[in-house]
Amino acid sequence: MSRGRPWGHRTFALGVAITASLVLTAMLSLVYTPQDPLAMSITARLRAPSAEHPFGTDQYGRDVLSRVMRGALTSIAVGVIAVGIGAAVGVLLGIASGYTRGWLDEACMRLIDALQGFPAILSALLFAAVFTPGVVISMVAIGIAFVPAFARLTRAAFLELAPREFVVAARALGARDARLVLRHILPNTLPPLIIQATTSFPVAILAEAALAYLGLGTQPPQPSWGLMLKDAQNFLSLNPWFAVFPGGAIALTVLGLNLLGDGLRDLLDPKTA
Amino acid sequence: MRRYVLRRVATLVATLFFVSALVFVVIRVLPGDPALIIMGTEGSPEAVARLREALGLNRPLAVQYGDWLRRALAGDLGVSIQYDVPVSRLILSRLPLTLPLMLMAATLMLLTALPLGLYAATRHRRVGDYAAMVLSQVGIAVPSFWAGLLLILLFSVRLGWVQSGGFAGWAGGVWPGVRSLLLPAVALGFFQAAVLVRATRSSVLDVLREDYVRTARAKGVSEVRVLGKHTLRNALIPIVTVAGIQLGQLMAGSIILESVFALPGIGRLALGAITARDLPVVQGVTLFVASCIVLINFAVDLLYGVLDPRIRYE
Repeated sequence: MSRGRPWGHRTFALGVAITASLVLTAMLSLVYTPQDPLAMSITARLRAPSAEHPFGTDQYGRDVLSRVMRGALTSIAVGVIAVGIGAAVGVLLGIASGYTRGWLDEACMRLIDALQGFPAILSALLFAAVFTPGVVISMVAIGIAFVPAFARLTRAAFLELAPREFVVAARALGARDARLVLRHILPNTLPPLIIQATTSFPVAILAEAALAYLGLGTQPPQPSWGLMLKDAQNFLSLNPWFAVFPGGAIALTVLGLNLLGDGLRDLLDPKTA
Repeated sequence: MRRYVLRRVATLVATLFFVSALVFVVIRVLPGDPALIIMGTEGSPEAVARLREALGLNRPLAVQYGDWLRRALAGDLGVSIQYDVPVSRLILSRLPLTLPLMLMAATLMLLTALPLGLYAATRHRRVGDYAAMVLSQVGIAVPSFWAGLLLILLFSVRLGWVQSGGFAGWAGGVWPGVRSLLLPAVALGFFQAAVLVRATRSSVLDVLREDYVRTARAKGVSEVRVLGKHTLRNALIPIVTVAGIQLGQLMAGSIILESVFALPGIGRLALGAITARDLPVVQGVTLFVASCIVLINFAVDLLYGVLDPRIRYE
């Protein structure tokens, strides 16, 4: 492995290549798709792959390739926002826990333990019972599932860094708590948090697809890979390709992001390589 | 060990309190008026008021929570609006499907992940290691519900070996029941195993680099004994941690797989309850599943103390 030269790191380079293709596809789908992803055609339903429809068509005659392309956008949007929610809430909880210590630390830790009992699907079930199921529920439910990991990482880093000389010195010079936390400690906790965000992103994409599949997340006619798989299940014997391409897109995306995360961890934290 | 267990039990009680509070807040507090959600737009103001009274929603929130928690501790999770039977009885009636599904998936996960991870570690940076890592990367990337669909496509639609969904039950013997859970258990267990393979490999690799392993080998101890006695036990803590997380994931995953294979388990019960706006069932199921996951984490914590006596004294 060639540490320090990211492009020589095969896992990282492959991960970047796949992820870049995903992002480019999603961006391209905003301005160009081979067909309108929402346009139905009663005469072209459940077609196998052909020159006109390289990934075939769905039960309403919509072009699956165009919908897979637009679905990438949904996945990225939900993934980014869910990881953002998880990171924001988790880091705040971690700071409250690791910096203040005492009863607040104990209470935060038990809350984090309790949140670990709520995987994205369970939170989504709860929220879907009282609010209208949709993409927002997806983002919040997936975000909540990430809170414990971010909170624990932040707390651990704060526990380690708070007694260090540079923090004690800053405090002795009169720095207030907010300055100590934001200027001195938090920036030093960023590398593990960045790695956590990278490894959480593919998990968010898998969860978004699962929630959409269950009808708890993205709703029709918005293209989503999970929703497409839900539709495809009813037509497995008529057009199996319909189930292959959206699922393949999820798997390839998650593979690319995992490789990127692994590579990043090797490069940023050589101890674990 | 007693003090360690008592400390863990105190933590467990506090955690379960937070779990119940979270479920209560989402179902009873966040929506404003749960009676309106249950009745929907078709409910008259009088009917909504009657339901509010029947559910005890007119009382202060703290009183409602205390009452709900006290009943839940006694096993009373309320009555289903859709089926008009106690929620706890509904959950119990679905367990004979969900529990065996989880057990089969967990067995498949452990039987696949531990040997494969151990094998990969002993073949470090050789073909076997790379093959195991590629397999695990693919396993992590493939969503279990897509794997379920592909298994249906292959074994049910193409080959016609098994039915594509439904549960045969246990009344006709063990085999028909196991047979109807086999494909979902494979989809769930094999793909959850992928993460555990990596954890096992990395943990065993760390221990294999230790001096005492080198010493054991230098003394001429057989490789099987080095791996079984000196390495595996010391590598178990990270493996048990990840296995515990994966067991929790299996519970969540079974909700999806029950949908893919049309299995009437706990997950389908909750999804049906959402469509029917049956809040007591959703509340009961989420409380039950989240508590089970917390209990699994508690069991993992206790296991740490058994595996590494030093942890008991920290």
